Amino acid sequence: MAITASDSFGVRALAHRVKGPRYALLGWLYATPTALFVIGLFIIPVLLVFQMSGSDWPLFTGNQGWNIPSNYQHAVTVRLFWESIRFTLVYTVITTVFLLLLALGLAMLVQESTRWKSVLRTAFLVPSALGLASASLLFYVLYSPVAGPFSDLMDSGGFTFLGTPQGALWSTVFLVIWRYAGFYMLLMLVGFQGIPDEVYDAARIDGASRWNTFRYVTVPLLRPTFALTTVLSVTGSLLAFEQFYILTKGGPDNSTITVVQLIYNVAFQGQNNLGVAGALSVIVLGALIVINVFQLRAFRSPAER
Amino acid sequence: MSITPTAKTSLSLPGDNVREPGRTRTQRLFWGIPYGIFTTALALLFIGPMIWTAVSSVAPSPGTAQTHGWGLGNYVQLATFQAGIITYIANSLFVSLLTVALTLFISLTGGYAFARFKFPGKNVLFLSTIAILMVPYSTLLIPLYVLLNSVGLQNSLVGVSLVLTMFQLPFSMFMMRISFESVPREIDDAAMVDGCSTFSTLRRVLIPAVKPGLITVGLFAFLTAWNDFVAPLILINDSDKITLPLAVANVRIQAQGVVNYGVTEAGVVVLAFPCIILFLVLQRHYVRGFMSGAFKG
Repeated sequence: MAITASDSFGVRALAHRVKGPRYALLGWLYATPTALFVIGLFIIPVLLVFQMSGSDWPLFTGNQGWNIPSNYQHAVTVRLFWESIRFTLVYTVITTVFLLLLALGLAMLVQESTRWKSVLRTAFLVPSALGLASASLLFYVLYSPVAGPFSDLMDSGGFTFLGTPQGALWSTVFLVIWRYAGFYMLLMLVGFQGIPDEVYDAARIDGASRWNTFRYVTVPLLRPTFALTTVLSVTGSLLAFEQFYILTKGGPDNSTITVVQLIYNVAFQGQNNLGVAGALSVIVLGALIVINVFQLRAFRSPAER
Repeated sequence: MSITPTAKTSLSLPGDNVREPGRTRTQRLFWGIPYGIFTTALALLFIGPMIWTAVSSVAPSPGTAQTHGWGLGNYVQLATFQAGIITYIANSLFVSLLTVALTLFISLTGGYAFARFKFPGKNVLFLSTIAILMVPYSTLLIPLYVLLNSVGLQNSLVGVSLVLTMFQLPFSMFMMRISFESVPREIDDAAMVDGCSTFSTLRRVLIPAVKPGLITVGLFAFLTAWNDFVAPLILINDSDKITLPLAVANVRIQAQGVVNYGVTEAGVVVLAFPCIILFLVLQRHYVRGFMSGAFKG
């Protein structure tokens, strides 16, 4: 007994000692690498993008001084500005709706732990290990009218995947869903796991049918998961770049230019105007914050409203 | 969206309990056949494109480096593309391993600081780290391009690794913080009573305890860095310094503007192979990292 007492006394004395100023100093010491990275590579660049958006800043000659608000006036008149916004929004809505519905379906299909279902789960998840760029290159070949497995079909049917604006849009949506469905399925499974067994027991005792259990138990309790997956998918789709850069290069006829592609083009391809690119970036950042705040509000449960 | 850690790790789910009672063996068999066909088709839809690419990269096809018979012609052509595929693999490995090392070091020390210490500015620093998620990649890459130029890291693979590490921080820091927080405090207290400093407590006691978290963070950092396309696209100018994804995207278009699909397929296989192997080997960990509730909405 004596040993226990002295032990716990020692721990308490220690707790006193380490809560002093020396302890705070050690805390800062361990947090220093984090602080350096966050300040140097995140906070300073964010401030810099605001400065750029208010300055005349060509790519090769650097900062030429303030010119507020000329970059912003210029930004909204950049060729394809409104077209790219419209296209990005359409792409985002289509991708998010299909991706989340499919992910939910897949999650329900594999949620029980049988051997076959874990094989299925792995199959759905493997594309998530590929990079978006690799997946885009893979589908670039698959969709090809020359080398793809559908080339004969395309020949006889007289159509191409990437030849028309609609075709290019849906082909890209398919690629993105193929790449991300497994990952979103995993997020849905995490959501399922957060629903306590007792709730399902109660529903069964009450004689709820499968559909009613899904509709009135699973769906409402998955609200936080739907919020997370929607925010992730919407944010990711609004910032789409690689899939279009590799697969469609913005074509045909600039019909698949996204906002981020536009920023990239203004900054590095042709105009080389970092000031206008900065202004466009600030506009995107602002829009994203507004959209996310709106989404999180929409997903708040009625009790919190 | 509140993110709360939980301790559940099993993959068995509540749905297990709602299997309808009273289905006879024949009924199950009757429904089992269409179910089996449907799920197999679905699985093939996900795996098929990868298998097709792997097979056709060695299959004979006109207009590629492998026109007659099966063989590795496309890979041979890929190997001698510009600076040589080995250079690009080396560049990608350098970026990936440096990113993994930096991410592990920063999220380990930072996670420890956030989980175990009280210091002024702690919450501001943690929220700033998480806020990296809110800011679009492209918004940051343009100022980062200017900033890295001004400190002499233009056109440098180290610069690319620094940027990729920064983008990994929100996920990694969150993951390591909850990993440390799920280790009972009594363990560090006991180690400190035994005379360990905070550093030796971390090294001898806590690192083994948070190993699953470190593996998840490391795997994610590797996959992201190996596959990243945009950061090297913007930050690297020299064609012998680019990473593998950019090199494969470039190899598509041959001198006369003709697309060489065979080499592209070989390139996709080289890009995807390490990721798929790593994923299959560490899948248990990867899935568990998520299922342990790191992303509970």
